Amino acid sequence: MSENTVVDPSGMHREDQAADLKQSASKRTTIVQRVWAQSEGRIGVILTAVIVVLAFLGPLLAPVLTGYSPTAFADRPFQPTGLFGTDDLGRSVASRFLAGGALLVTYSVAATAVGLIVGAAFGMTAAYAGGTVDAVIMRCNDVLLAIPQLVFAMLAIVVLGPQGWVLIMVIGITHAPRIARVSRAATLNVINEDYIRAAEMYAVPRARIIFREIVPNIMGPLSVEAGLRLTYSIGSIASLSFLGLGMQPPTADWGLMINENRIALSIQPWGVILPVVAIAILTIGTNLLADAIARATASTNVEKS
Amino acid sequence: MMAKLILRRLVLSLFILLAVSVLVFFATLLLPGDPARAILGQQATPERVAALQEQLNLDEPAIVRYFLWLGGLFTGDFGMSTAFGGPVSELLSDRIVASLVLMVLAAVISIPLGLGFGIFSALHRGKRRDKAVTWVSLTLAALPEFVIGIVLVTLFATTIFPILPAVTMSPPGQQVWMFPSQLILPTITLALVVAPYIARMMRATMIDVLDSGYVEMARLKGVPERQVIMRHAVPHAVGPVAQVIAIQLAWLAGGVVVVEFLFRYPGIGQALIDAVTFRDVQVVQAVSMIVAVVYVVVNLLADIVGIMSNPKLRSAS
Repeated sequence: MSENTVVDPSGMHREDQAADLKQSASKRTTIVQRVWAQSEGRIGVILTAVIVVLAFLGPLLAPVLTGYSPTAFADRPFQPTGLFGTDDLGRSVASRFLAGGALLVTYSVAATAVGLIVGAAFGMTAAYAGGTVDAVIMRCNDVLLAIPQLVFAMLAIVVLGPQGWVLIMVIGITHAPRIARVSRAATLNVINEDYIRAAEMYAVPRARIIFREIVPNIMGPLSVEAGLRLTYSIGSIASLSFLGLGMQPPTADWGLMINENRIALSIQPWGVILPVVAIAILTIGTNLLADAIARATASTNVEKS
Repeated sequence: MMAKLILRRLVLSLFILLAVSVLVFFATLLLPGDPARAILGQQATPERVAALQEQLNLDEPAIVRYFLWLGGLFTGDFGMSTAFGGPVSELLSDRIVASLVLMVLAAVISIPLGLGFGIFSALHRGKRRDKAVTWVSLTLAALPEFVIGIVLVTLFATTIFPILPAVTMSPPGQQVWMFPSQLILPTITLALVVAPYIARMMRATMIDVLDSGYVEMARLKGVPERQVIMRHAVPHAVGPVAQVIAIQLAWLAGGVVVVEFLFRYPGIGQALIDAVTFRDVQVVQAVSMIVAVVYVVVNLLADIVGIMSNPKLRSAS
């Protein structure tokens, strides 16, 4: 079904092909265009952008729009004051909601980046070095994979405390083994290509081969992983905050807000519903985006082979 | 050939568990605080603290304590809880059963659901029904489990239709399955998290299988379509999907933590969060190991199913 979206070059006449060779090369759609061409991709981009803009403009606008800073007391707890009422300590829900997304988005992106860099480095090394190095890296991978992500994160937070860098590192590191598997498999696919052999024959340094020849050619699978892992990063960090092990009070954060206000779900639901909806829209957006990227990169492979 | 592969997997799993135990033990060793003093309280005399330290083998070097702890795991002795004062095994035994009940119920619901929707979607490939299933599964797969849980609570417990209990409130000593209505929402939450992945994988493999030569052959022979699907297509698609099912079931071992916290369900996940909050090292170690064992065993079973259902390996033996 993904083949339908690809323009079939074989329909061209032979004489046109020669004339259009340069032009057709320049007309090759970029990955961004192919993502945007799918309804999933468009909706994903829009949903993600809406929440990201809200998350980063929110903290600036919160005091202006609601009249209260995220930590200021507006009224008694769980009162319907203002647009969305007050939270468990009597702070403005609207203000805290506006201010509560920035850290979540920043930490999730940072954690995904850590996971991608560490995972891709180990995965490519394993595939490129082969032999014992490969075996050792992949067995260590299996060990890390045997601990569920959330349990591993809780273990690390117990030992190191719930600081921001711990959250970023621990979520990143739990992603790394999964990304390492993908990048190892992708690297093994390209490692026997002629261009790699040619580069080796010219005695190009190994680091240069990795960065100039391998990395650009495994970008497809890696970008799919990036989208997927971003979705899981958001979910994990929000879950940890929800459990009280992520962002700490009095920080305004969507996951923490749900934890703080869920006892009053039946009388003052806004303190729970607003952050739940925001997290839902964000994760749905990034997941649709990841799926669209997967289809977009899959169709490049169809074109190439 | 097959036995050898399975044996290799088994050895690898044991090795992984051993490595996990080292990781868990030495990570929790870094925690500040003295368990003996935590159990006895601040007023305890130094002699009593020293006596309990000796009783708990805290005066031994770390490496000896590791082996004592590891030996204890095999005999069901998980040490003493610092926050509850009793043995960890006593604290956890009921909770393990409660968590397993939840996991098994979620698996029993989500596997047929996922397989069913996957097959349905594949049979209606490209049509509106397929698209609907794809969108719903993509959406559900994106949502963190607590988001699904809270939406369900809002819908069915507090705000829209207040018909189900929002939290588990079984009196101490009673088992969780004595109150089936309290199990509904946690089970559905877990099932809704797991089913979309199974459905998507089943759809993908079913589509491959339906395009294959033997399905075409069966259709050309005039085999009824129902039989083509149930006898020729589905059994071949289930093999690869077993892996995904196993990964999802293994995920449940960690995923119950958040869901148990959300519904105040008295399982090991709730115990883990309490232990983390109270810095109860022995319980953290025990629960991490239990979860890792479930995780590794389920993955091992999936590998074995994968090896057994691979006809190339079957004929070679």
